[in-house]
Amino acid sequence: MSDKVLMKGNEALAEAAIRANCRFFFGYPITPQTELAAYMAKKMPKAGGLFMQAESEVAAINMVYGAAGAGARVMTSSSSPGISLKSEGISYIAGADLPCLVVNIVRGGPGLGGIQPAQSDYFQATKGGGHGDYHMVVLAPASIQEIVDLTGEAFDIADRYRTPVMIMGDGMLGQMMEPVTFENVGKGASDLPEKTWATDGTHMKRKKNIINSLYLQPEDLEKLVLEREQRYQVIKEKEVRYEASMIDDAEYVFVAYGTTARIVKNAIKTLRAEGYKVGLIRPITLFPFPEKILAETAKRVKGMLCVEMSTGQMVYDVRLAANGACPVEFFGRTGGVVPVPDEIIASFKKMVGGDK
Amino acid sequence: MAIVFERPHSLTDVSSHYCPGCTHGIIHRLVAEVIDELGIEGTTVGVAPVGCSVMAYNYFECDMQEAAHGRAPAVATGIKRVHPENVVFTYQGDGDLAAIGTAETVHAATRGENITVIFVNNAIYGMTGGQMAPTSLVGQITQTTPYGRKTETQGYPINVCEMLATLEGSAYLERVSVDSVKNVKAAKKAIKKAFETQIAGKGFSLVEVLSICPTNWGMDPIESLDWLRENMMKQYPLGVYKDKTKEGEE
Repeated sequence: MSDKVLMKGNEALAEAAIRANCRFFFGYPITPQTELAAYMAKKMPKAGGLFMQAESEVAAINMVYGAAGAGARVMTSSSSPGISLKSEGISYIAGADLPCLVVNIVRGGPGLGGIQPAQSDYFQATKGGGHGDYHMVVLAPASIQEIVDLTGEAFDIADRYRTPVMIMGDGMLGQMMEPVTFENVGKGASDLPEKTWATDGTHMKRKKNIINSLYLQPEDLEKLVLEREQRYQVIKEKEVRYEASMIDDAEYVFVAYGTTARIVKNAIKTLRAEGYKVGLIRPITLFPFPEKILAETAKRVKGMLCVEMSTGQMVYDVRLAANGACPVEFFGRTGGVVPVPDEIIASFKKMVGGDK
Repeated sequence: MAIVFERPHSLTDVSSHYCPGCTHGIIHRLVAEVIDELGIEGTTVGVAPVGCSVMAYNYFECDMQEAAHGRAPAVATGIKRVHPENVVFTYQGDGDLAAIGTAETVHAATRGENITVIFVNNAIYGMTGGQMAPTSLVGQITQTTPYGRKTETQGYPINVCEMLATLEGSAYLERVSVDSVKNVKAAKKAIKKAFETQIAGKGFSLVEVLSICPTNWGMDPIESLDWLRENMMKQYPLGVYKDKTKEGEE
């Protein structure tokens, strides 16, 4: 008998977090991540944990700061406008080297934007959001099962590198139902360091711990920022994840992540049937970005087409990775409009110079 | 020879960055004395604000977290919910607590969050050089109210204890002052009671301490203390504004 259950992405993420031993959730209501918080409100108390609805996204992320600093496995979730509000707190969390999970179920923007699926927060997620020299690890699942598996990994990555980790989905992934298994979640990595830095009381047995991001001496601050930068380099070496599909004989390669990658796969099926040798590179980690595979592939293909639900954000990273080795074109829909395979195919054919 | 006066153990042995004549030093000491007397240094976690006391994390010997501006009650909430057995306090100024952090203050209180807030009210932004605070008095001259605080454009001072007293979740609220020996002693008693309120699990406790800022008020410390007594105490009467600690005992 299969132990698979049919679940919405938002709920599956919440369940996976609880199974990954997250016991503290601080959030504020926003569409389209609603089911995640609702599931937490229902299930967290039964797991002996805490669900708290804060007075704002700002308060929620600062509760995460406090709880993470006290040594807890902790998370928050929101959607684009809420993530903008949390971005100050994320900067402080990065600056104080605190592990936590932040979920962004992205909707169209800017401003209030809309509530339909989008990928227009790529810059915000991978290039800052908050102020200062910092990064988050950003994971971009493309299925409900991948949401579940990456949620477990996200907490381990956060603990391993003392960094905030973001899972970036979209309204489609959050609302869609798929069968999932939780067998890979909750095992926990064995290499996680002890949280000797946590402020859980000295009990008069150790020197006091301070959770802080303020360093008024420039040399002190520079030293810490550079130390963190070295950690990012290790993350870039060890934590890159991507899916490469049908790229061995490919003349052209699509680059897409999340929901868009699934639609691109449908387009590829059609194009392959028509005789086009096309493949897909799907970044699963947006930071660290899978530069190496893209650079290698760019050298032997005729071109790349980056498809996003935005006006073109990840495409800049694809071009940097390709470094001029092949042309990198872009196709996107935005504002909450989800592209269909036909328009992706049309865009591809335009790039290669018409029908075969 | 017997030692009759010494530095509290939970106050670190470093020079502070506070200006001459500032009363933060007295208030720090009172908090540290209370932590010592209650024997809770090992289980206490403090939260420092942004403002003059931004580096309070260097001055207390217990575990400390530094919060973003105004967010100390939210940070303290996170800490306390993870370790309810620990004692958690925030130390905040008027700009931090009553302007940018008003929402966090009000909601920590209304949740009955079992934390203790030490609220230092000196009616001015000290760290940034003396701008108008939410608690600046009507007519008070500051860098950003050079013609005096006018109600037509800058509104009225916020009375934090009175405001929070309307909330069911507040367990203990008292306004004290550190302008005289008598009042310093009363302030210590209030701070101790606030910590005891938390230890007893009664809910949100806050002690508002009227404080002076000679540097930015442009007065010497003696004049400042007189100004506090003559002006601040009229706007901010000392006293207990909420006390639920006796409930259930009769």
